[in-house]
Amino acid sequence: MNLLEAENLTAFYGDFQALYGINLHLKEGEAVALIGSNGAGKSTFLRTITGLLPVGGGDIQFAGESLAKRSAHRIVARGVALVPEGRRLFPSLSVEENLRMGGYAKRKGPWNLQRVYNLFPILKEFAKRPGTALSGGQQQMVAIGRALMSNPRLLMCDELSLGLAPIVIRDIYAALPSIRAEGISMLIVEQDTGQALRVADRVYCFQEGRISLEGRPADLTREQISLAYFGV
Amino acid sequence: MNLPAPIQRHASLAFAIIAALAILTIAAMPWWAHRASEQLLIEFLYTLALAQGWNLLAGYGGLLSVGQQAFVGLGGYSLVILGLNMGLNPFLIIPLAGVFCLVVAVPMAAVLFRLRGANFAVGTWVVAEVIRLIIASNTSLGSGSGTSITDTLVGIPVWWRVSTTLWIALALGAGGTLIVYALLRSRLGLALTSVRDSEAAAASLGISVRRIKWYVYLAAAFWAGMTGALIFITKLRIAPDSAFSIDWTTTIFFVVVIGGIGTIEGPIVGTLVFFILRGLLSDYGSWYLIALGTIAVLFMVWAPSGLWGMFTKKFDLHLFPVQRRVKSS
Amino acid sequence: MADWINTLLQGLLAGGLYALLAAGLSLSFGVMRIINIAHGDFAILAAYGAIFLVGSFGLNPVEAMIIIVPLMAGLGFALQRGILNRTLGSDVLRPLLVTFGFSIIIQNLLLQGFSADSQSLTAGSFGTASIPLGGDIAIGLMPLTVMATAVAVLAGMQWMFNHTMLGRAFRAAADDAEAVRLMGVNHRHIYAMAMGLAMAMVAIAGVFLALQTTIAPTDGPQHLLYAFEAVIIGGLGSLWGTLVGGVILGVAQAIGAKFNPGWGILAGHLCFLAVLVAKPSGLFPTTRDR
Repeated sequence: MNLLEAENLTAFYGDFQALYGINLHLKEGEAVALIGSNGAGKSTFLRTITGLLPVGGGDIQFAGESLAKRSAHRIVARGVALVPEGRRLFPSLSVEENLRMGGYAKRKGPWNLQRVYNLFPILKEFAKRPGTALSGGQQQMVAIGRALMSNPRLLMCDELSLGLAPIVIRDIYAALPSIRAEGISMLIVEQDTGQALRVADRVYCFQEGRISLEGRPADLTREQISLAYFGV
Repeated sequence: MNLPAPIQRHASLAFAIIAALAILTIAAMPWWAHRASEQLLIEFLYTLALAQGWNLLAGYGGLLSVGQQAFVGLGGYSLVILGLNMGLNPFLIIPLAGVFCLVVAVPMAAVLFRLRGANFAVGTWVVAEVIRLIIASNTSLGSGSGTSITDTLVGIPVWWRVSTTLWIALALGAGGTLIVYALLRSRLGLALTSVRDSEAAAASLGISVRRIKWYVYLAAAFWAGMTGALIFITKLRIAPDSAFSIDWTTTIFFVVVIGGIGTIEGPIVGTLVFFILRGLLSDYGSWYLIALGTIAVLFMVWAPSGLWGMFTKKFDLHLFPVQRRVKSS
Repeated sequence: MADWINTLLQGLLAGGLYALLAAGLSLSFGVMRIINIAHGDFAILAAYGAIFLVGSFGLNPVEAMIIIVPLMAGLGFALQRGILNRTLGSDVLRPLLVTFGFSIIIQNLLLQGFSADSQSLTAGSFGTASIPLGGDIAIGLMPLTVMATAVAVLAGMQWMFNHTMLGRAFRAAADDAEAVRLMGVNHRHIYAMAMGLAMAMVAIAGVFLALQTTIAPTDGPQHLLYAFEAVIIGGLGSLWGTLVGGVILGVAQAIGAKFNPGWGILAGHLCFLAVLVAKPSGLFPTTRDR
């Protein structure tokens, strides 16, 4: 049984259809990357999984249970965590308080505050600072740590590299293997295609709300990816 | 359900004809109707005038005001200042009352626009209270117990007084509706609608959101001021508590909520329903108001687009067509 | 001179009641961006509830307060969960008009139930007792109690915000209502809790109001305005700012009333407008305007 299974998933923003029948699966322990240009539907897909956007048609199953009619907070309680696009830290809360908020759902597991500090030591130094007083890369660490605090089975990352310098991106992605080592599955939305292909076991390419390509990075050629990405 | 364009055109044409006939019939009321009916219609028309003004403000300008009673009261007190103390004909005072309120609205807006959203709303209420308290402490205006305005009407025969009141009420109510309609069909109207739909998007298109809000606020003040003067000509007596009462806003709220915010037809429907309900229930005193409040809550929760909104959702019919449709060729 | 000092002290302590009233408004606006137009009316409702309990069951005001506060908290929770939560969204108009409807309903229910006559709660000798401070200066025991309660309530709120999961959730929800759901927070439940807490504080203020002055069913709106002014003067998002705002309002009213009894309230309003002109974000603003 797949950990995550999307079956003919459609989603709408009002009258505008953003997803057209997405079929996608993720096995436990896998890292799957979603690539595609801006507006292709990748983030929309993540939002639908987390329950922030209602399912328009089709279904999403997580560990065998449908997420379609569940509210966002219940989905988090089931073990799905999102590192949102743009980090979205809470400006009124300190770094440590932001991390603690991640633990609101009180799921059992190995991740706690100390462990997050072990993963990202610099955050301990800034524990009492307001969440937004940090650099972009450090904020991304807080966002990831915050998501880890809920001890998810599936960690979804939306555009980790957005607005970050290449060296910072490298550092962030360097932390991912130790997260995966615990058995957490990952779904990564990434515009930086190179980074995504390096990290993922499998890749799906989104194009205008549909899946245009699927496969293992090693099996896909540059031409195939270009075609799928741009649709020309 | 999208009605084809020809049916839409026929519907609005039919409505225009009916409306024109209705206006003529109302204008002729001094010759065929009972005084009591005339007075009811005057009340209907000035309520409509206030509702259209508030609807423009909130529905299109995005400015929620809980303080329009400031202008109703100031309009009324213009009668005292210009009529009692200076002897002007009260009907001539009406436009002057509008101008007076327009002028007062300028510093008000300058201060109030520092607040946004719900804060702006309560701020307008504070300002209305300030004006009420200032007038209530002024002995030359009758202070707290108010004053009678009948002296301004001395020398005007009753038939002329009631008829002129009716015609002016018609101008303010029906005329106000037509002006809002014309406004919304204009370029300024397009800007207004876009501000209502999305301030950020409108601003990014180069529309000065700030200037639009100023225009709308001043226009609503002007209209409410004139309406206020008219109202107190019919009431013959004015006191701060009634002139600046929140009840004016309560009535407007109810009318616009029931009828439908952000539509021109909404206030008309809402005023009709309000008067019908009042006719049926006002004997029940507080229970009538409790019923009104409950209906308003129910509408806001389950039917936020009001009666007219529900109707257009089913039939996509607009009696005052202001939509611009993109025709695909 | 002593006269003026007494006036200032009076105004200062009156600020305690305003801060207590404002605390609830500050909480519900901060977390949910809703201004409850019926805020003052709920205070009056609580006041009448206390009057009823004292009158019908012979309770003393403290016992009445102990009963009324949780009842009002429950009412707030239910109204938010059942009605106001359905009006959430970017449209500010809907919740505002719903609470306006609540205001009309409450005022008229009270008029039906209690008539338009003013009433109050007797505080006995406690109500008139005062502590002399030397010279001709004295402070009333009741106003002092109210101020002490206000400080305690605000301190309690501050502690809750900083040291409890719920408080942190409130602050996070105020920052980003969508992201807070990603943390596993049931935002509908949180909003209901916030309203419940706000109503509890309003209830305390309402009972004190009945103890200090006479109340009538239509007194709600003016107390909404005082609470609102205290919040804006102090600065949105700052609890202690709300206390300062309340005190400034109280002092302004006291000074105004000293010149002319009819000018007290007006002086308060004008003070508010002056702050709005000079420093629109208030004296100690912390929240960013959304």
